[in-house]
Amino acid sequence: MSIEARVKEIVMDKLNVTAEQVTEDASFVEDLGADSLDQAELVLALEDEFNLQISDKESENLLTVGKAIDYIKQHVKEE
Amino acid sequence: MKTRVVITGLGAVTPLGRDFATTWTNLLAGKSGVRQITSFSTDGLSSRIAAQVGEFDPEAYIDKKALRRMDTNEQLCLVAAQMAFDDAGLKQDSLDPDRCGAIIGSGIGGIQTLEEQHKTMLDRGADRVSPFFIPMMIIDMCAGLVALRFGFRGPNYATVSACASSAHAIADAFHAIQRGEADIMLTGGSESAITQLSMAGFCAARAISTRNDEPERASRPFDRDRDGFVMGEGSGILILESLESAKARNARIYAEIIGCGMTCDAYHITAPLPDGSGAAKAMALAVKDAGIRPDEIDYVNSHGTSTDLGDIAETKALKTVFGDHARKLVINSTKSMTGHLLGAAGGVESAVTVKSIKESIVHPTANLENPDPECDLDYVPGKAREMKINYAISNSFGFGGHNISIIFAAHHAQ
Repeated sequence: MSIEARVKEIVMDKLNVTAEQVTEDASFVEDLGADSLDQAELVLALEDEFNLQISDKESENLLTVGKAIDYIKQHVKEE
Repeated sequence: MKTRVVITGLGAVTPLGRDFATTWTNLLAGKSGVRQITSFSTDGLSSRIAAQVGEFDPEAYIDKKALRRMDTNEQLCLVAAQMAFDDAGLKQDSLDPDRCGAIIGSGIGGIQTLEEQHKTMLDRGADRVSPFFIPMMIIDMCAGLVALRFGFRGPNYATVSACASSAHAIADAFHAIQRGEADIMLTGGSESAITQLSMAGFCAARAISTRNDEPERASRPFDRDRDGFVMGEGSGILILESLESAKARNARIYAEIIGCGMTCDAYHITAPLPDGSGAAKAMALAVKDAGIRPDEIDYVNSHGTSTDLGDIAETKALKTVFGDHARKLVINSTKSMTGHLLGAAGGVESAVTVKSIKESIVHPTANLENPDPECDLDYVPGKAREMKINYAISNSFGFGGHNISIIFAAHHAQ
């Protein structure tokens, strides 16, 4: 599965939203209804899935699905 | 004159049923909810039995995302709360949110979540702990979630007094309406503490029955062969309402709550005062608060846990308060079938007391085959009994020496 697909799957699962809602432009807070606890949980899940560490400062910039995908791509080699 | 407070809704999820109606039917039939534990390894535990709820279909009441962020304790509470809310015929858009509140007790809280997250931390590191760990664990979140669900903006908190937690919640809710702080209070308790760690703790304290080969016969209050209580879980919720509010919306009234009394033994961390004097004072205070005579009480839903000391102390307390009238009292133990729901016990048992008044019938005390010579009152052995009830007491006592008695009255009796 591609990085895009894996990220989107996690977002769908954790935020209980549909595939149609999870566009690359979608904002976690404004479009997908995430609160601060949801965002923290999402970061934990991404770290687990891709086996990496995302600092608090870095995670503050992951405001949209697209930004999260870009971040993962920069830090993980596609399998 | 004090504001009168009535009960207009009941909801429960218990080892005897996924709703209050099923629980009630099974209580009248004398069925036990105690089974061998199969949900986790009981290796090394002296007690391997419990009264568990099993599947209770929270998905029908709570959306998937919210559900995953709730400990089972909170799920049980919200399901029972919704049932009580519906049973009372309440509609959210016709309520004044500032006049509605929730006070909900639990003895232990989200210990399942605590155990899971502690394991995560030990196995995988402190930075792997869920951001939902704290809200899933803390005891007050049941009341908080109820407020979120129904938009209640009035008094809202939790009570904690071990096995008396939800009785204290009901008393506080009663007082909140009496004092004019709210018109409608959702109250009672919830408990889901049948976990490996919690069972290990209760086993170590030698408080629970080890009749592992006969689970259905293990909870036997007032019987000479009792050997401790049986762990139970579930939630019991009541809707308390000012009489004025209930009348204004033409609600069905189950019964009236007319008094309560609270004391502490100040004797031992877990054992009751052997002469039951702390419990007796709580009952006497409740009778006084209710403004009735002791000999007007017809029915006692006892704390009756099936422990050696507790059942004798409660019997002595009843004799102290009621004198000769103690022999005329009809007394039963809900725990003989549900097991001990700890912080939810007072909620479920108050609901049972209220229903008994409304239906003019009391359930039996199961497994009372050979009464302890020191337990020589009428505990309704064998089968349910039809009787008219004007006034009833529900007793709850907890580790820490807490005693609380609540008096309910038939609505016509007042």
